[in-house]
Amino acid sequence: MKTPLLVFNQKGIYCEAADVYLDPWKPVKKAIISHGHADHSRWGHQQYITHHTNVPIIKHRLGDISVTGKAWNETFTINGVKFSLHPAGHIVGSSQIRVEHKGEVWVFTGDYKTEDDGLAVPYEVVKCHTFITECTFGLPAFKWLPQQQVFNDINNWWQQNQDDGRTSILFGYSLGKAQRLLKHLDTSIGKIYTHGAVENMTEVVREIADLPPTEKITRDTKKEDIKGNIVIAPPSTHGSPWIKKMVPYVTASASGWMTFRGARRRRAIDKGFVLSDHCDWQGLLTSIRATGAEKVICTHGYTDIFSRFLAEQGYDARTEQTQYEEENADQTSKEKD
Amino acid sequence: MKQFAELIRTLDSTNKTTLKVEALAHYFKTASDKDKVWTIAILSHRRPPRPVNTRLMREWASAFSKIPLWLFEESHHIVGDLAETIALVIPPSEESSEKSLNQFLQEIIELKSRSEEEKKEYLYENWFSLNYYERFVFTKLITGSFRIGVSQKLMTRALSKATEIDEDILAYKLMGNWDPATTTFTDLVLEEKPEDYLSKPYPFYLAYAIEDEPQNLGDVKEWAAEHKWDGIRSQVIIRNGELFVWSRGEELVTDKYPEFEKFINIIPDGTVIDGEILPFPKNEIGTFKDLQTRIGRKNITKKLLEKTPVILKAYDILEWKGEDIREKAYQKRREILEQLFAEVASEETPLHLSSTISFQTWDEVAKERERSREVKSEGLMLKRWDSPYLVGRKKGDWWKWKVDPLTIDAVLTYAMRGHGRRSNLFTDYTFGLWDDEKEELVTFAKAYSGLTDAEFRKVDAWIKKNTLERFGPVRSVTPHHVFEIAFEGIAESSRHKSGVATRFPRILRWRQDKKIEEANTLEDLKALIPK
Repeated sequence: MKTPLLVFNQKGIYCEAADVYLDPWKPVKKAIISHGHADHSRWGHQQYITHHTNVPIIKHRLGDISVTGKAWNETFTINGVKFSLHPAGHIVGSSQIRVEHKGEVWVFTGDYKTEDDGLAVPYEVVKCHTFITECTFGLPAFKWLPQQQVFNDINNWWQQNQDDGRTSILFGYSLGKAQRLLKHLDTSIGKIYTHGAVENMTEVVREIADLPPTEKITRDTKKEDIKGNIVIAPPSTHGSPWIKKMVPYVTASASGWMTFRGARRRRAIDKGFVLSDHCDWQGLLTSIRATGAEKVICTHGYTDIFSRFLAEQGYDARTEQTQYEEENADQTSKEKD
Repeated sequence: MKQFAELIRTLDSTNKTTLKVEALAHYFKTASDKDKVWTIAILSHRRPPRPVNTRLMREWASAFSKIPLWLFEESHHIVGDLAETIALVIPPSEESSEKSLNQFLQEIIELKSRSEEEKKEYLYENWFSLNYYERFVFTKLITGSFRIGVSQKLMTRALSKATEIDEDILAYKLMGNWDPATTTFTDLVLEEKPEDYLSKPYPFYLAYAIEDEPQNLGDVKEWAAEHKWDGIRSQVIIRNGELFVWSRGEELVTDKYPEFEKFINIIPDGTVIDGEILPFPKNEIGTFKDLQTRIGRKNITKKLLEKTPVILKAYDILEWKGEDIREKAYQKRREILEQLFAEVASEETPLHLSSTISFQTWDEVAKERERSREVKSEGLMLKRWDSPYLVGRKKGDWWKWKVDPLTIDAVLTYAMRGHGRRSNLFTDYTFGLWDDEKEELVTFAKAYSGLTDAEFRKVDAWIKKNTLERFGPVRSVTPHHVFEIAFEGIAESSRHKSGVATRFPRILRWRQDKKIEEANTLEDLKALIPK
């Protein structure tokens, strides 16, 4: 039996023919990186290849690394294997990785969503034989509303808090979610303040995208200036002393997990907005069908359940262990959906 | 319904008690009287009997949403709540209903006697035509109790804010066996009618667990100690030649304890006793497990009465000669109770006195506490001699000082995904102890609390990598990790594979310092069963 084009080994998703890894979790020689989140772009590889909009992002995170930027649809060949990057719509600079060898095509999604969020280049269907998909929200309970509706709710919430004399604190992961929130906040209501981690990442993203002005909260920021405005902060700041400066405040989280009433309550967050950078159930099914793939490999999320369902739908579906979720499981980065 | 669903949505949008009270008070000021009565009923767990069993609900919901039943069940397991799962998986709708909460509840009451086909049609019609929150609330009304982060106390506070009636008086008015379908808001809340109070119990005074060293409570002579019994906290009421037995869950349970009918002839009218219903097989206090054979039964047979009779262990008296004496000092109330007991006590009367014990030093109290398991109590209650009988859970005058839990070191053998926030993590664990030969691990308890979030995440990551077999949502794992399990009580049980049932098992500690060979044996566990 011939070796599959891509295999899952101890270090990551490996293409033996090209001697290249996709989003490896252990240090390797050559890595093609789907996007800038910590569990997909890790420290320690000798050479990084990624979409050029992702270059400043991973450089910001990983420091001085050897990285090559590629354009969408640009084919590059390594040892006779053809690679190309295609928009995944997950966050700014996120790609699916297409691998072609001897007429066989595989696509690895990294993380992706089907809705155009106005910031990331929207997801594009790439035809393939084998589709390696995430399924973070691979349960029929997950259904996203159009983002305009969610942002109307968020802006109304902000306005209401301001009327009540309270500051709004909105939690979102510093890369991706934070900028998506920024992009769609209604700045006629007030000013947008940011936590340092969010501000630094936003600075980087400003090179690629047009975002409204923000102000970093520093030691010198006056309490009365923040009042009634909105603060974007990483989830890890919830319950920290840093947040005390914002009293009186109301907290909210924008995440796919907010679908569950219990998720919001147990985190002691006041308001949950269901807003995700991953596909919902229908999004996953539609994109899988559109790729025309017969084989589907589920990497992280509700993999067992989702692949069983796909198998019942006639796909040759299975699950592979990756470390995208293991690292994910801590609460801070969990929010980056 | 719109207004009620909106109320639930608002309550769901905040974690702040003041905002919840505000939202409820606003509702109580603006909703129709009929809807208000239903809201009070729902928030105090008085929902109409379930008209459709949950198996059918699950089947219909999966059929309606066109997903296989197994996928619905997996989703249910992850979401945790059936009504929430149903509201989430069925296709979204932007519709809304003009029907009132009262109309919906009347329909749900009538639904019970309908045919299965009619029930199904009724559910489909409403699932189809309600938006997410209305659909969630509608399904919740049918499936089960409404736990939405609003306690009865919080609801009472809001009602008090809306009506300007004293909170304690409201708590008293809302107790008991009223039927929301036939009760009006005026009747229930606004109007004062002394004759309604015949069967009504007083709100229970509940104690907090002691946080500090008991010696810091001050002079030991100001305190009475008594054993804390592990039964059903109850009020026994004798008024107008009638007996009423109330459990702490504000349930009228008179019919379940026919033994107490004897009280009518010997205890004078206008008496309310606070005490504990305890099982008393073979003329001695039994275990909580014995009592469970009585709790669930609708028909109390003669055989059961002979096998597991109950007694009332009396510790307080709240009403005497028709007078509310809760304001009197505990010492005074005890004198009255003991006087009454002296007059009526006999071999045949199922009334026992929970003795108060006076001490000279806190050390002596501590020694008495050590004896708790011997006398079949859970520890001690400390009560200030001069304290009145208060309403609800209050700090200061009464404290419970439970014995330390029993513990045992067990091995993690199976794991299951948690609910809600933990739905992605394996947090529900099954634990085993070694058999006699130390060859096999025998399951003895399940526990899903006691670790920190960080620990749960670590164990979860380990489980995902060390799964042996999968049985639906359950995974068996390589025996490797030892946990110290704490529990409150232990009794023999033929229903458990291990032959032992433990009460309130939970994880005390992750013993990363221990190897599985060092975990305890089933025999060690059995040695803890009181003889």
